Amino acid sequence: MKVLIAAGTTGSPALNVSIFVVFVCITLFVVYRASGSSPTASDYYAAGSGFSGMQNGIALSGDFLSAASFLGISGAIAVHGYDGFLYSVGWLVAWLIALLLIGERLRNTGRFTVGDVMAFRMKQRPVRAAAANATLVITFFYMLAQMAGAGGLIALLLNVHSKGGQALVITGVGVVMVFYVLVGGMKGTTWVQIIKATLLLLCVTFISVFILGKFGFSLSGLLEKAAQNSPLGERLLEPGGWYGRNAMTKLDFVSLSLSLVLGIASLPHVLMRFYTVPNAKEARRSVVWCSWSMFTFYLGILIVGYSATALVGSEKILNAPGGENSAAPLLAFRIGGTVLLGVVSAVAFATILAVVAGLTLAASASFAHDVYANVLRHGKADPRSEIRVARLTAIVVGFLAIIGGIVANGQNVAFLVSLALALAASANLSTMLYSLYWKRFNTTGTLWSIYGGLVSGLVLIAFSPAISGSPTSIVQGVDFHWFPLTNPGIVSIPLSFLCGYLGTVLSKHPADPDKQAEMEVRALTGIGAKL
Amino acid sequence: MTRDRQPPAPPPSARAVDDGTAGPFPEAGDRPLCGPSGEPDFAAIQASPEFARLRRRLRLFVFPMTALFLCWYLTFALFSAYGNEFMRRKVTGEINVGTLFGLAQFLTTITIVVTYARFAKKRLDPQTDRIHELVRADAEAGRK
Repeated sequence: MKVLIAAGTTGSPALNVSIFVVFVCITLFVVYRASGSSPTASDYYAAGSGFSGMQNGIALSGDFLSAASFLGISGAIAVHGYDGFLYSVGWLVAWLIALLLIGERLRNTGRFTVGDVMAFRMKQRPVRAAAANATLVITFFYMLAQMAGAGGLIALLLNVHSKGGQALVITGVGVVMVFYVLVGGMKGTTWVQIIKATLLLLCVTFISVFILGKFGFSLSGLLEKAAQNSPLGERLLEPGGWYGRNAMTKLDFVSLSLSLVLGIASLPHVLMRFYTVPNAKEARRSVVWCSWSMFTFYLGILIVGYSATALVGSEKILNAPGGENSAAPLLAFRIGGTVLLGVVSAVAFATILAVVAGLTLAASASFAHDVYANVLRHGKADPRSEIRVARLTAIVVGFLAIIGGIVANGQNVAFLVSLALALAASANLSTMLYSLYWKRFNTTGTLWSIYGGLVSGLVLIAFSPAISGSPTSIVQGVDFHWFPLTNPGIVSIPLSFLCGYLGTVLSKHPADPDKQAEMEVRALTGIGAKL
Repeated sequence: MTRDRQPPAPPPSARAVDDGTAGPFPEAGDRPLCGPSGEPDFAAIQASPEFARLRRRLRLFVFPMTALFLCWYLTFALFSAYGNEFMRRKVTGEINVGTLFGLAQFLTTITIVVTYARFAKKRLDPQTDRIHELVRADAEAGRK
């Protein structure tokens, strides 16, 4: 019976694949057209800062409308109900931090990477090395989540159930992604994001309006049907369906919400997007555009999630290959047949491809610009060799992503992303806020807050039930967990702020007032910020 | 080169017009904003009253607003975790307080986005432009 359901829900693999191939061909063509003959470092990392606020805003939302949002959140809402909804609220509210505190100031201060801002008025080499370490770790976690989504999606859409077959497809996806990055750099990657985000927004808006129409535009009617079709019943619509079991899981929920709201504006690949626009005003405009598309998307995903329960049923979703992550594709199949399923899955694939390309670019920029050019070559690297290193790094990162995708499978991707967000908020947020707004903040404080947040986050995750000792943890069979929460945010984020403060006041080397003046003036006015 | 500027805090600094270097009272904030070769003097800009005004405006908006939306969001998160009784109360049909609370977060977020965009356009951008002009004027004066 289960096999029948699985076979019935995959639609037509040939159609799915051909729609996806058409997408890849179009984007490859765009990437090829967008790439110049001999890109400079600014072209490769920041698309020559030539995008408009609107373009970058849509690409920015594309970076965030990842497999985690589309598949993970719609699945979480479909299966866990209200607690899944919290993800979408957190991810929308989070853009306010980017808008109010970080975006414009970052654009004015840095050039290519997060390390540019963190190291601006500090000792270059140790801070850049720390910033690059944080970027690489965060990006790796985030990438793992995206590739885990790819595995589930392949199982569902291509009817590939053998591990070897899935691995082969993941490898294919990884190779195309690396190709995007190598050929197109930031410009190509941004165009892919714009195309994909537009498709995804149209898709979700279309599905949700269509379904609401089916229920006579009554949200209440939809919710009622969803509750009937879920083993949770009425509790689907109430908080606590996922995290409500006991005091510890409730605390976990709070920790999660904190990571969601503070993590987004700290993700290296999101921050790097602010460099693709010419000035701070355009950076602001991009966040405004991004917020609007997030607003639309997450309202839509709320409908998509609940209607997946209402029309498909959570039992069937959980039993499908890909589990929770298959809610949106199954819903598409239910309402639009094989064609809509093909379109939705192609868009979901495209999403994974585009986001992983963005992550690869962020990681390679961080390694080439911060580690190679500034730490190893003391800031005297030849730009051509810097780009060569960046491209080599992209290949290595792409390889790691493929391996990671093959190894990590089956976890809810939204949950994996929340771990990456906790790390990002712990390592980057405190450091950037202090660096931008606190005069006394110095090199020691910077290092303490980056490493304090990063290391505490990593240690707490390693010894959390996410890794061992629970039925859903990644390592099965052994139990070495002692930290009770799956999400470390509630401890590691405040800890990084505390470390930054202590490091600063205990240090014997005060901040450099001249560099501080330069950074503050530049951050607020853009004076001295050359392209 | 004389420039109209709101009178700085007394005492008036002994500003030498043709002298490109920093005046004797850097904290008075009325020294040229550029060095002798026209490059911006960041410490002088930072100490200038126009910059202080920009910084104050920005911080007075951004910090309270951040505190506000974080508190509002955390209230929502805490209620979701610990206020089940309250959140599950039905308001109309199947729509309960929790769902409305979540949707309210959507509305407040987009309101803050729009408010900040307008505030920045009206109050921050003109002030930033003004500082740019002052620096440019001093750079030209320095070259003469």
